[in-house]
Amino acid sequence: MTKKTPLFDQHVAAGARIVDFGGWDMPLHYGSQKEEHYAVRQHAGVFDVSHMTIVDLAGERARDFLRYLLANDVAKLTASGKALYTCMLNEQGGVIDDLIVYFVDNTHYRLVVNAATREKDLAWLRKQAGEFDVKVSERAELAMLAVQGPRAREIAAPCIESEFRDAALGLKPFHGMDAGDWFVARTGYTGEDGWEVVLPAAEAPKLWDRLLAAGVRPCGLGARDTLRLEAAMNLYGNDMDETVSPLESGLGWTVAWEPADRDFIGRTALEKQRAEGDTRRFVGLLLEDKGVLRDHQRVVVDGVGEGEITSGGFSPTIGRSIALARVPAGDYGSAQVDIRGKLLNVRIVKVPFVRNGEIRIDV
Amino acid sequence: MSELPGDLQYTSDHEWLRREDDGSVTVGITDHAQSALGDLVYVELPEVNQEVEAGGDMAVVESVKAASDVYAPIGGTVVAVNEALSDDPEAINNDPYGDGWIVKLEPGGDEGELLSPDAYQALLDDIDS
Repeated sequence: MTKKTPLFDQHVAAGARIVDFGGWDMPLHYGSQKEEHYAVRQHAGVFDVSHMTIVDLAGERARDFLRYLLANDVAKLTASGKALYTCMLNEQGGVIDDLIVYFVDNTHYRLVVNAATREKDLAWLRKQAGEFDVKVSERAELAMLAVQGPRAREIAAPCIESEFRDAALGLKPFHGMDAGDWFVARTGYTGEDGWEVVLPAAEAPKLWDRLLAAGVRPCGLGARDTLRLEAAMNLYGNDMDETVSPLESGLGWTVAWEPADRDFIGRTALEKQRAEGDTRRFVGLLLEDKGVLRDHQRVVVDGVGEGEITSGGFSPTIGRSIALARVPAGDYGSAQVDIRGKLLNVRIVKVPFVRNGEIRIDV
Repeated sequence: MSELPGDLQYTSDHEWLRREDDGSVTVGITDHAQSALGDLVYVELPEVNQEVEAGGDMAVVESVKAASDVYAPIGGTVVAVNEALSDDPEAINNDPYGDGWIVKLEPGGDEGELLSPDAYQALLDDIDS
C-alpha cells in the first residue's frame, strides 16, 4: 500500500502521471516534463515535496548532539531560521543521508531528510540521540511545497499571511522563518530562486490551488530531477550512499574540518582518506556527440582510468546530455563514455551546468 | 484515450507496423508508448541495409526519463530510416503514427506475433484496469 500526500487529489486533477517513489504515490509529470523544467527556469513552478521527512529535535544538548552527528558544523548557525546543508555519516565516513538542518535556537532544530531513507534515518537519529537526551519528533502531519523559479517568490507572496509577507520577501538565500503555523525558507533543489513552505497538511491543497490559479505550473519528480542535475545538486542513492564519502561525492565543501577538536561521526575515516589524497573525484560531464548519458555508464578517462556515471540525463536548458560521475584522481584530458558498447566523447566540465536560468559551462 | 488507427498491426511491445503498397513495412511506436516514455530527446537509428530478426533490437528511443529499445516486429532488411528524427525526436510524441515513424523494413524471414487493432486495444484496456 503506497502512501499519499495531502495533495494527491490535486495531482490527479492536474493530470499527473503517478508513480511509486519510495513507497509514495507521487506525480512524475503532468504531461510534459520538459515544459515543467522550462517553467521553473523561466517563470515559476511548484513541487509537492510532502513525502520528505521533517524531524524536529528538542533538548538542552541538541546543539552538542548535532555537532557530533553531522559532518557540517551547526555551530555556524547563529541566526534563527538559518539553514545548513550537510551529510550524516557512519563511522566509515559513508553517507547515511544528506539533509538540511534549520536552526531555531540552541535547543531546537528542524531537519529535512530524504523520503526513501526515512526509516534508517529515524533509527540512526534515535540511536545517537539517546546519549544526549534529545527528543526526536517526526512531523508527519506537515506538508511541504517548493515553489521555484525567477518569479516564484513574487507570485507566491500574496499567499503568505500579510503580517509575515514583507519579512518572507526579505529572507536571504538559505534562511527561513516561522509565519504563523507555516515555515517559509528561501531554499530549493532546482538552482533557481524560490521558497520551500512547510505547513499543516489541511492547508496545503488551498495553497496549491492558489499558486496554480496565479500561473505557477505544477511540476513533477521528472522535472525536479533534470533541474537538480543541471544545478549539479547531488541525489542520495544515485550520487552518494553508505559506501562512499562526501569527499568522493563533490561534497567536501560540506565537511567542517575546523575546529579540529570537534569530534563527529565519520571524522577519523574522512581524515584518513584526506591524508591519503588519492580519493576519487566527482566531476561534471558534457556529451560532445548525440545521445543520452545515463546512470551507471562506464567512463573512460584517458591516462587516468575508469569511473562511472552516478546521474546522467538530458539537459533541457542546454539541449545536450550531461552527467555527474565519479572518476579516479588524476590530470584530466579527453574522456569517453560507453553507451551500448560505443565510446562517445565527453568533456569534463566544472559544475554547475546551469544556475539561475543561465548556462554556466562552455557549450 | 484516442482511437487506434484501424489500418495498422501492433505488437505487445507497443509498436505499430503498416504494410505499404510497395511491399515494405513501416514501423513506429504507439501513442501509448510515447506517452509512457514522455518527451523524447534522442533516437538511435539502425543502418540502412542492416538485417534484423523478429524480436531483435532495432533502434533505441530515449526520453528525458529513460532509454527504451525498439524491437523489430518482423524479420527483414532495413530499407529506410527516419533521419528527420535526429533533429526532431519529438515528432514521435507529436505524431506517433505519421511523422514519428522510425524504420521501413523489407520483409524477409520470420514474422513475430502481431496483434490486430482490437487485440492491441484489449491489451491497453488490460493495462489501464
